[in-house]
Amino acid sequence: MTYTDKKKKRLFAGLAIFITLVHIIPFYILITTALKAKGDFSSKWVFPKQISFENFSEAWELTNLGNSFINSAIITLFSAVLLIVLGSMAAYPLARRQTKLNKFFYFLFIAIMIIPPLTALVPLYNLVVDFGMMNTYDVAILNNVAAFMPLTIFLYAGFIRSTIPKELEEAAKIDGASTLGIFFRIVFPLLKPITASILIISCVYIWNDYQFAIFFLQDSAMHTLTVSLANFFGSNQNKLNLVAAAALMSMLPMTILFLFLQKYFIKGLASGSVKG
Amino acid sequence: MATPLYRQSTSKYGVDMMSELVARRKVAIAKKAPKRKEKKPSSLWWMYTPSLVIVFLFILYPFLNGIQLSFTNWNGFSQSYDWVGLDQYKRMLTDPTTWLVVKNTLLYGIGSTILQNIIGLLYALLLNQSIRMKAITRTVIYLPVIISPLIMGYIWYFFFAYQGGALNDVLLFLGLDKINALANPEWNTWIIVFVNTYQYVGVAMIIYLAGLQSISKDYYEAAQIDGASALQQFKNITLPLLMPSITINMVINIIGGLKLFDVIIALTGGGPGNASQSMSTFMYDLYFKRQDAGYAATQGVFMAIIILILSLAALVYFRRKEVEA
Repeated sequence: MTYTDKKKKRLFAGLAIFITLVHIIPFYILITTALKAKGDFSSKWVFPKQISFENFSEAWELTNLGNSFINSAIITLFSAVLLIVLGSMAAYPLARRQTKLNKFFYFLFIAIMIIPPLTALVPLYNLVVDFGMMNTYDVAILNNVAAFMPLTIFLYAGFIRSTIPKELEEAAKIDGASTLGIFFRIVFPLLKPITASILIISCVYIWNDYQFAIFFLQDSAMHTLTVSLANFFGSNQNKLNLVAAAALMSMLPMTILFLFLQKYFIKGLASGSVKG
Repeated sequence: MATPLYRQSTSKYGVDMMSELVARRKVAIAKKAPKRKEKKPSSLWWMYTPSLVIVFLFILYPFLNGIQLSFTNWNGFSQSYDWVGLDQYKRMLTDPTTWLVVKNTLLYGIGSTILQNIIGLLYALLLNQSIRMKAITRTVIYLPVIISPLIMGYIWYFFFAYQGGALNDVLLFLGLDKINALANPEWNTWIIVFVNTYQYVGVAMIIYLAGLQSISKDYYEAAQIDGASALQQFKNITLPLLMPSITINMVINIIGGLKLFDVIIALTGGGPGNASQSMSTFMYDLYFKRQDAGYAATQGVFMAIIILILSLAALVYFRRKEVEA
C-alpha cells in the first residue's frame, strides 16, 4: 500500500514538473530571443553564449516605451480610482435601498454586463469624435470605467448585502451623520477586501487593454504599451529580437507584482471571473 | 469672574426659554416620528447618477445607436447616409465571409472552452494531490492570465514563425521540412484556439481547484468502504459536486472565446485573406479598413445576439444539471 502510494506520488510529481516545463517554453523562448545579439542566428532553443542587452536599449528608444509606460500608468491609475470611488458609491444605495427605482437601475447595470463592448464600437467612435475626445486620456479612462462599472457595482453590492451589518449605519444615523459621511467613514473602510479585488481586476485588464486603446489613442504621443508594441511589431517583423525585448519589458511590471502578491491576484481575479 | 458662554446664554433667555425650546423640540419630534415610518426610504439616486451617466454615454447609447446604424449604408465618415432597411441584414446573411467568420468565432468560443475545461480540470486534479513544489507549477500555469493577450500572441509568434521560429528549428533538427503554420488557413485557427487555451487554462484550473477543495473527504471515505473504484468515485462524487464550478467555467470561457480579438491580431491579423478572422476582428476591418460602417454595425448586432444566446444557453443548461446533481 505505502509502496504504491510512494510510486504514485513520484509519478504525480514527475507529471507536475513536466507540465511546468511545457508551460515555461514560450517564456524561455521569449527570453533567449530578447537576449541574443544581432549577429547571433542560433536556434531560439539555445541560450545565448553571450548575453546582450543592446536589444533592450534599442527597443526602448525605438518604441518610445518610456512614454507609453507613463500613458498606461496614468490611464490605469485614474480608471481604477474612479471605478472604486464611483462604483462603491453607486452600489451602496442599490444594495441598501430596495425602492422600485433602485431595483430597476440595478437590473440595468447588470444587464449591461452582457453587451459585448466591441459591438458598440462604430457609434462609440462617432461619439468620441463628436466630443473632440480622440487621443485624450479622458476617453481612455472613461471608456475603461464604463466597461468595468457594471462588474464593480455587482461585486460591491453583493459584498455590502452579505457582509456589512446594517446596525452600524443605523447607529451612525442616530448620531446625526450625513449619508455621505456614513458611507465614506463607516461603510467604505469595511469594503477593503472587495476593493482590493476590484483594484486588481481593473488594473490587470486596463493595463493590458488593446481593443479600446487602438481605436481611441491613435496619436503616437498617446500610445499605451500594447499599442506601441503592436505598431512596433508591424514595422519590425524581421527583427524579432527587438520585439521580444520590448514585449519582455512591457510585461515586466505586472509580472513582478503578480509574483509578489500572487495570493491576492488569484483571489481577486477569481471573484471577477463573472466577466470573463 | 466671567461666566462661560453657555451659561451666559441660559441666563440671558432664562430657564423658561430653555424649557420652552425643549418642549417645542419634543413636539416636533413627535410630529415627525410617525411620518418617518410612513415615508418610503429615499432612493439616494444621486449616489449612482455619475456611474449611470458614464455607462449610458459609453455603452448603452452607442449600443442602441449601433442598432439604428445597422439599418443604414453609412460609410463611417461622410455627413449623410441612407436608410436602407433590412438590406445590410440581407447582405450579411448572403455574404459567405459572414459564415466563415461565424464558424471561426464558434471554433474560438467552443473549442477553447472545451480544451480549457478538460485540461484545467486535469491540472486541478493533479495539483489537488499532495505534491512537493506544486505551488511553482500553479504559478507558472497561472502567470499568462495577467499578461496582455496581445503580448501572449507575440510570444507564441516567436514559436510558430516561419523564419527562425522555434517550431521550425525543431522540425529542421528532425530532418523535416519547415512549415508556415500561421499562414495555413487550416491550422492557424487551431493555433489561435491553442494559444487562448494556454493563456487562460489557469483560470479554469484555479476555479476547479477551489471546487475540489470544498468537497468533503467523507464522501470518498464512504465510497472506499463500499469498494468504489477511483473512476467510479470521480464519476459519482467529484463530477456532480463540481457542477457549480463547471457552470462558471463554461460560461466565462465561452464569452471570452467568442470575443477573442488581441490574440488574432497578434498571430495572423485575421489572414490569410479572412481565413482566421473572428467577428470582432472582422468588424474592426469593416469599419477602419473598408469604410463600411453600416455593415460593421450590422455584424456587431449579430455578434451581440450570438454571444447572448450562447452564454444564456450554457448558463441554463449547466444550472439545470446543478439542480439535478
